Amino acid sequence: MSTTPSQTVGPYLAIGLPWPDGPDVVPPDTPGRIRIHGRVFDGAGDPIGDAMIETWQADPDGKFGPGFRGFGRCPTDAEGAWEIFTLKPGRVDGEQAPHIDVSVFARGMLNRTVTRIYFADEDNAGDPVLESVPEARRATLIAQPADDGYEFDVHVQGERETVFFKV
Amino acid sequence: MTRFRDDAEVHPPMDYAGYKSTALRHPKEPLIILPHRLTEVTAPVFGEDRLREYDNDLTRGPQGEAIGQRIIVHGHVKEDDGRPVPNTLVEIWQANAGGRYRHAVDQWPSPLDPNFTGAGRTITDDKGYFRFLTIRPGAYPWRNHPNAWRPAHIHFSLFGRAFTQRLVTQMYFPDDPLFFQDPMYNSVRDERAAKRMVSAFDYESTEDHWALAYRWDIVLRGEEATPTEEPHA
Ligand SMILES: [Fe+2]
Repeated sequence: MSTTPSQTVGPYLAIGLPWPDGPDVVPPDTPGRIRIHGRVFDGAGDPIGDAMIETWQADPDGKFGPGFRGFGRCPTDAEGAWEIFTLKPGRVDGEQAPHIDVSVFARGMLNRTVTRIYFADEDNAGDPVLESVPEARRATLIAQPADDGYEFDVHVQGERETVFFKV
Repeated sequence: MTRFRDDAEVHPPMDYAGYKSTALRHPKEPLIILPHRLTEVTAPVFGEDRLREYDNDLTRGPQGEAIGQRIIVHGHVKEDDGRPVPNTLVEIWQANAGGRYRHAVDQWPSPLDPNFTGAGRTITDDKGYFRFLTIRPGAYPWRNHPNAWRPAHIHFSLFGRAFTQRLVTQMYFPDDPLFFQDPMYNSVRDERAAKRMVSAFDYESTEDHWALAYRWDIVLRGEEATPTEEPHA
């Protein structure tokens, strides 16, 4: 048996995919809640206003399981902007620095693209995934501290193209 | 450690000239291999609290029934070794019977139906089975090439049990005469793989004086077989 092929989300994903609580990986009153936000750009440097970001991460102890949704979803607005509200993940399986797996969906993408968010103020040394990325490109995976959390832009293509992974 | 089978050859290329919008929306740098570690082999679990009553029935509008050919769309979500994917969220969205989406960007002259939003969701049962009641969507025009029409389709979104299994795709209807000019359908290079996106007319499941039926099984990546350990000498 072989897998079903991927197809694009198309221009109308907003009908079926956004949830009112999509960006809330944790509810609004959760202590330690941070905002991670950014924008999505195409190869001409223009914002992608019909994309959707999904995030998947461990809890602050580096664990996955009931009690922590771990999942965030946010469509981009006309400026290509998205945001999620979450807790910072812990180190995972002893070896990996705190990280969030990210899927990017959009019209014009026949499949999702996958990237990872790391954090500039964490010790990322020795992370096996980050080390597998050519050093010159690693910065595209690192969220920078911002007023209320972190900022992480996605450049689907172009001079500052984000590192994408084959899963 | 669990590893999910590489199914990259099944999926369309990100850079596909026939679909113009891919030009500025595909990465040009080589992809880096992401090993399947804990974050990749886990996925969110969603319960019935995500669902409202009638979320799997798209024919019920605020003032009455949606207009169009009533159809049952059902099937199983499986992994590539045939094992079911139980209790997984299935989300769908689609155009109405006239091929019009309830979305500000869709302005072609085909009427909206006040009783059809075009969104649905359900959770598979313990055998991986899902079932929707909806309206057969119409074909619709778009601006990719002269006189371009999308074959009738329903958009599907699936999670599975691992980040590696996340899939967004489209379900088509059998023998659609528009396949030949559709770059989405034809972006899947292997013809047998493309046919796996096409549902089957399911006369057995039709309901007399009520609804026609289409069956569609969705197959997600499964795990690679665990290599048998050599016995120690
Ligand atoms: Fe569509």
